[in-house]
Amino acid sequence: MREVAIIGVGDTKFGELWDMSLRDLGIQAGLSAVYDANLSGDEIDALYLGNMSAGKFTEQEHIGALISDYSGLARDHIPATRVEAAGASGGLAFRQGVMAVASGMHDIVVVGGAEKMTDVGDTLSTEIQAMAADQQWETSFGATFPALHAMIARRHMHEYGTTREQIASVAVKNHKHGSLNPKAQFQKEIKLESVLRSLPVAEPLGMFDCAPVSDGGAAVVLCPLEKARKYTDTPVKVLASAQASDTLSLANRESLCRFDATTVAAQRAFKMAGLEPKDVQLAEVHDSYTISEILAIEDLGFFPKGKGGQATADGETTLGSKLAVNTSGGLKARGDPIGATGVAQVVELVRQLRGEADKRQVSGAEVGLAQNVGGTGATVVVQILGRVN
Amino acid sequence: MAVARFWRENASRYNLIGTKCGVCGRVYFPPRSVCPTCHRKSIGKMEPFKLKGEGEVLTYSIVHEAPSQLEMQKPYVIAIVQMDEGVRITGQIIDVELDELKVGMKVRTTLRKVSDDGAAGVIHYGYKFMPV
Amino acid sequence: MDVGIVSYGAYIPRYRIVPQEIGKVWGTDGEAMSRNLYILSKSVPGPDEDVITIAVEAARGTLRRCGVDPKRIGAIYVGSESHPYAVKPTSTIVAEAIEASPNMTAADFEFACKAGTAAIQCCLGLVGSGMIEYGMAIGADTSQGAPGDALEYSASAGGAAYLIGSKNLIAKIENTVSYTTDTPDFWRREGQDYPSHGGRFTGEPAYFKHITSAAKRLLETMGTKPSDYDYAVFHQPNGKFPMRVAKQLGFTDQQIEAGLLTPFIGNTYSGAVPLGLASVLDVAKPGQRIFAVAYGSGAGSDAFDISITDGIEELDRSAAPSIRELVERKKFIDYATYAKYKNKIKLKEAIE
Repeated sequence: MREVAIIGVGDTKFGELWDMSLRDLGIQAGLSAVYDANLSGDEIDALYLGNMSAGKFTEQEHIGALISDYSGLARDHIPATRVEAAGASGGLAFRQGVMAVASGMHDIVVVGGAEKMTDVGDTLSTEIQAMAADQQWETSFGATFPALHAMIARRHMHEYGTTREQIASVAVKNHKHGSLNPKAQFQKEIKLESVLRSLPVAEPLGMFDCAPVSDGGAAVVLCPLEKARKYTDTPVKVLASAQASDTLSLANRESLCRFDATTVAAQRAFKMAGLEPKDVQLAEVHDSYTISEILAIEDLGFFPKGKGGQATADGETTLGSKLAVNTSGGLKARGDPIGATGVAQVVELVRQLRGEADKRQVSGAEVGLAQNVGGTGATVVVQILGRVN
Repeated sequence: MAVARFWRENASRYNLIGTKCGVCGRVYFPPRSVCPTCHRKSIGKMEPFKLKGEGEVLTYSIVHEAPSQLEMQKPYVIAIVQMDEGVRITGQIIDVELDELKVGMKVRTTLRKVSDDGAAGVIHYGYKFMPV
Repeated sequence: MDVGIVSYGAYIPRYRIVPQEIGKVWGTDGEAMSRNLYILSKSVPGPDEDVITIAVEAARGTLRRCGVDPKRIGAIYVGSESHPYAVKPTSTIVAEAIEASPNMTAADFEFACKAGTAAIQCCLGLVGSGMIEYGMAIGADTSQGAPGDALEYSASAGGAAYLIGSKNLIAKIENTVSYTTDTPDFWRREGQDYPSHGGRFTGEPAYFKHITSAAKRLLETMGTKPSDYDYAVFHQPNGKFPMRVAKQLGFTDQQIEAGLLTPFIGNTYSGAVPLGLASVLDVAKPGQRIFAVAYGSGAGSDAFDISITDGIEELDRSAAPSIRELVERKKFIDYATYAKYKNKIKLKEAIE
């Protein structure tokens, strides 16, 4: 297998982007990544696009061809493939791109992710997100997506003594990071009190425990590492891309306090990279809910099970500590346009590893990890990226 | 038109019909055609198995932001229940006072309206839990 | 062949509203209304409850108590004036939910408040003729009273199920007779949300005339007198009517006490006599005798002469909640919640 590098990244601002359509988001992110990679366009061999539910959100399916077309690539007839695994769609699209380059099938691959969520009302938007869970045996019986995570939170509190304040501290930290990211949906710090007092969504979680509804797009350009210097002086190496799955329903898991797919994907990724959790300086993890980040940093092996809440409250994952988690602001503050999220995580890691993260720069960043989750942990993709010295 | 999609699951939605692996004896709900433990050996040996309908709450949430189907019931309670047979089921707990909820409480199933296809549409019935 | 009751079960939703709360909204003296009707509170179904869920809960309790294999049930009839569907039977859903289907017959009955006892009579006929081994008869309602109408103080929800057979009887039905005329005292036209009624016309020429006529016919046929019975159950649209009709017929307050539920749960319509009878069966002893008369507007009465057998001691009555437990299981709600649960509030159209 060939080694793979990222030679360009791009993204849109995340948020309520009323004047942008799904195709605008995909194209703006894609073109900026292509521009960043110093490509003219005709070198592109293939496109992979992460998107969860364009059909439900905008009544448009077949968006692989759509984005390829409006990126000006229709006459090049490149293979354009949409990838779907709910919240993990973006991370999974990235993995497909990496495999395509690693295998020698393609040289220059663009991986994009986009979601246009605000073209539907809030209630419908929430219902669409819940389609990532088991529609027939969870959602149709009244389990909303926040409620499933709230049940994880309550069980985590019950089994490990995790406190409501510790859970809320994830939101405080990620808003703090988001305030340093000019592309984040929320660039404002919040107080712990505000999280605790926010409108209840699904107890014990409130509105400030949940990632927002967002529009956005993100894209990266991949090529074989050996050819990367042709396009950029600062290539970033893909050290590992691993994926795992689990039962679709949360109820069918052995434990409600773990995402085993995260643990397995992380083990596979660390093995592939020849690294251990302690070698990682920054991680973008899937904090669609505050509790999700606590599970993530435990299941990835950064903290022992049950200690993630305390570690967060103690600032052990805040920018400036040994491990910085969600320097972009995470899904919570940067925003969570579902299909774009997994790609946006990679974009943030690349900016950090290139030393271009400005005020939120992790000093001495050598290795970064991204964890992207679909549903309540039924699909997890873990990527590990490294600086090329 | 979700009529057939719900109708074909009525046995499980009304009467908690799951499956039991004829090889290892493990019980599953909803029904499965392959046992995740026995794999190939279990094919053709997964038998229908009816749960008694009693269990214990493993975790729960009080839902304030409800889907349109449950707008009239909010805040409502959703839970994951460990059934006496070992399987876990996600469902609403009804007829319960919110301050009486706790992890470990005993519940049993009953039949209630779960959703409908609008005022002129079909009503979908299914299990919900109530305190014992 | 002896035919009668093999088992029974009941269900009453837990929500309650008091007449004072209703009166407050409509500018009526709820306290006086409560005294006048002798209704202290009435049951209200939750937003996810209807005649089908009530019927299923009652039917399941019935089967838990006796352990009869549901596949041996040859007929299920559900009587109600508030079936959730105008077209599509309640009874087929009940049959599926108790696993009695598919080798059986089923139908929904409607005869105002006596559709449940009409279902019992049909099952008696089918069992007695040997056409079926067991029949399930259910009376249940989630009746509606128009906002501000007098019916709003009484129309409530609940139901009871009876497994009718010829073996292992807990109660033998000695005889049943009916009295039927065309009397328009209460009705609901197709497509109307709420029923209409003839006011005081629902009293003497309707309720009282039909109940006393059916009752007298039964006493005459059986050669019995009121004092031969330990218990009497009469249809109870409010708390007052059954007490008055009992007195007219020569029954005492003691005889009707065990079966008088309307003061606590309101008028459960098709569920009323089935629930009252269930309440008596909860406490009845072998050898005791029950006199029961249902009334349905439109109009007709079904009267029953029932003898408790030794079999009642064998029935696992504790396998399902008693009427007393169901009556005591309650949560009081205000009128706004009641209006929301009963779909009386006009909502916005869903925009997505």
